[in-house]
Amino acid sequence: MELPLLHLALVGTPNSGKTSLFNALTGSRQKVANYPGVTVERKEGFFVTPQGRQVSVVDLPGTYSLRGRSPDEEITRDFVLGKATGETVPDLVLCVADSTNLRLTIRLLLELKRTGRPMVLVLNMFDIASRRGISVDVARLAKELGVPVVTSIAVRKGGTADLLALTDEISAKLAAELQQENNWRALSVAELRATQREADRIIGDCVSLPARPDTWTARIDAVVLHPVGGLVVLALILFVMFQAVFAWAQPLMDLLNNGFDALGEFVHATLPTGLVQSFLQNGVISGVGSVIVFLPQIIIIFLFILLLEDFGYMARAAFLMDRIMGGAGLHGRAFIPLLSSFACAIPGIMATRVIDNKRDRLTTILIAPLMTCSARIPVYTLIISAFIPAKDVWGFINLQGLVMFGLYATGIASALAVSFLIKFFMLRDFAPAPFMLELPDYKMPQLKSIAIGVYTRAKMFLHRAGTTIFSMMVLIWFLASFPQPPAGATEPAIDFSLAAIIGKALEPLLAPVGFNWQIAVALIPGMAAREVAVAALGTVYAIEGGKEAAEQIGSVLATKWSLATALSMLAWYIFAPQCASTLAVIRRETGSWGWMAATFGYMLVLAYAASLLTYNVAVAMGAG
Amino acid sequence: MTDTHDTRRELPLGLARRGYTGIIQHLSAKDAGSALSDIELESRLIELGFVEGARVEVLHEGLVGRDPIAVRVDNITIAVRRREAMAIIVA
Ligand SMILES: Nc1nc2c(ncn2[C@@H]2O[C@H](COP(=O)(O)OP(=O)(O)OP(=O)(O)O)[C@@H](O)[C@H]2O)c(=O)[nH]1
Ligand SMILES: [Mg+2]
Repeated sequence: MELPLLHLALVGTPNSGKTSLFNALTGSRQKVANYPGVTVERKEGFFVTPQGRQVSVVDLPGTYSLRGRSPDEEITRDFVLGKATGETVPDLVLCVADSTNLRLTIRLLLELKRTGRPMVLVLNMFDIASRRGISVDVARLAKELGVPVVTSIAVRKGGTADLLALTDEISAKLAAELQQENNWRALSVAELRATQREADRIIGDCVSLPARPDTWTARIDAVVLHPVGGLVVLALILFVMFQAVFAWAQPLMDLLNNGFDALGEFVHATLPTGLVQSFLQNGVISGVGSVIVFLPQIIIIFLFILLLEDFGYMARAAFLMDRIMGGAGLHGRAFIPLLSSFACAIPGIMATRVIDNKRDRLTTILIAPLMTCSARIPVYTLIISAFIPAKDVWGFINLQGLVMFGLYATGIASALAVSFLIKFFMLRDFAPAPFMLELPDYKMPQLKSIAIGVYTRAKMFLHRAGTTIFSMMVLIWFLASFPQPPAGATEPAIDFSLAAIIGKALEPLLAPVGFNWQIAVALIPGMAAREVAVAALGTVYAIEGGKEAAEQIGSVLATKWSLATALSMLAWYIFAPQCASTLAVIRRETGSWGWMAATFGYMLVLAYAASLLTYNVAVAMGAG
Repeated sequence: MTDTHDTRRELPLGLARRGYTGIIQHLSAKDAGSALSDIELESRLIELGFVEGARVEVLHEGLVGRDPIAVRVDNITIAVRRREAMAIIVA
């Protein structure tokens, strides 16, 4: 007889290794990082136990209690209590603990017991606990708590063997066991205190803590959390990151560039002149290729972010930035979502779920798209490499890297300014939100999870190049190629195309900020994703360039645009809401079309104003 | 004659400087002036391990107004703003 699917749920304090365990059990690749509040969604996966039982396991956001103070904690509460609509209650709750830090988890477990769900305590990160000389009397702990206890090392091969064996053992008994009643209700302060006392007593009886704490964390923190030194280190890390994006990626990018050039020439030489040749050469290679060239930069920026996340630096950065962001009216927990937005605003906006206060969360969502996401890198790099000389200033700083750093800094500064204005005008009467964040011990970054992380991002980038960008390219190529010029026309063929008609219709609107019709027409498909604009410019200029094998888009721009136009374009991209997916996520997370429209509106106004200012100042200074 | 340990002056953790070590005496949320309600603040502090009898040490301070602070509570480190730490009375 086929046994029914066994439902497991992973519950525990933040950063205890639930997602690592989920990945180990199911072979998934969900995001793991060394700071509290990584998981903000419910994720289901499946595996088969050694004895052949089919199991569904759900990874949940970490929480310190079932009170559900923020949207992510509500997800966990509703799932455990079976309140989520259309969900079955879990057959077995795996309460996952960080073995080096049992106090908070044991208290949570005592609270969870009231739900009446069968439960197991998983002592995860047992490798770290052993290394520090922490010893746990597992049998006694199980007896005191009245639930089975098992140790695990989620990040090591075979580290979940005991847990799998125990799952088999328990699942055989589960059906027979009487379902207990759910007696859970939110604990009063007195009950909470009593539970923590009880937890501390049990730990005192079953766990022996050594006299050697983690000295490495203390030593690193002495530098990294130093009031002044810490901020210097933070600035240095960011600075090195942007320099690296330029300096390290260049050789690889040149290689890719030359590859695409050769490919374009090959297509040009082998295929007969006509629509097919033009489509492949101008649409696919000049368009999509011009975006793929940026893959090395994307990889480098993600490598940095992933290393910092896995090492445990993020929570420290939040600590350092807390007051500075508080001055702009931001919640202390807003830092990590905003930092994630450097990769992409979408996960950043999702990560705001850890913010308990509704209005603080909303402010953070509204400004997250101003952080410089990785999709802006192609646009910035293209323009910077074409217009900013690659010379060193003060002997060691690459000027291009410096401009890039400046663009990031402007993004951050304007995000803070917008937040300040929102607080000042709309939420004035509002007391500063609290900030309480666990600072986890540093961990050696897991090579495997970094590799998987970088690989996943690279794959996503290429996937987008193959889907969104490719389809936009087809559209742009079509618009720029049809209708074909009448026989005997002397002007360039593109002047007769739909693209030129649309672009020229929009030109008057954008002429004050120095944009020509080619830019105007590139900005429209650029709504799908920011880097599409690069591809669109690549295609439009390639078609306009005519028969010659396509030049690199950068050198084309250098001859067609004035410096003022280039700078204006950079200013535009700091602010412009050129990303449909971000707007969709804002709508979903705020549950309102109105907030989505507000974000779109304010960003568009800022973009136009910034470009207008930049262009006119640049022209006045002789860069027109 | 009382023991010298008993004569240590009670103070809110929110006023403690870097390097301070002490034992939590009690929680008093209503004087803290936090944006959170008294019950909510007290619950959260307990949930992070700030209960009577726990050992605390102020490990780090921020730059602006020496705020926030990083506090060692038994064997974990928590970052809190001084405003919330005012609710934790130590000695
Ligand atoms: N050495 C060691 N590290 C672990 C183990 N389990 C998890 N980690 C690390 O602990 C950190 C946190 O792991 P996650 O799986 O993201 O924790 P989580 O419980 O899902 O965290 P939230 O989603 O924020 O609640 C990561 O840096 C992991 O690499 C383990 O058994 N041993
Ligand atoms: Mg997780």
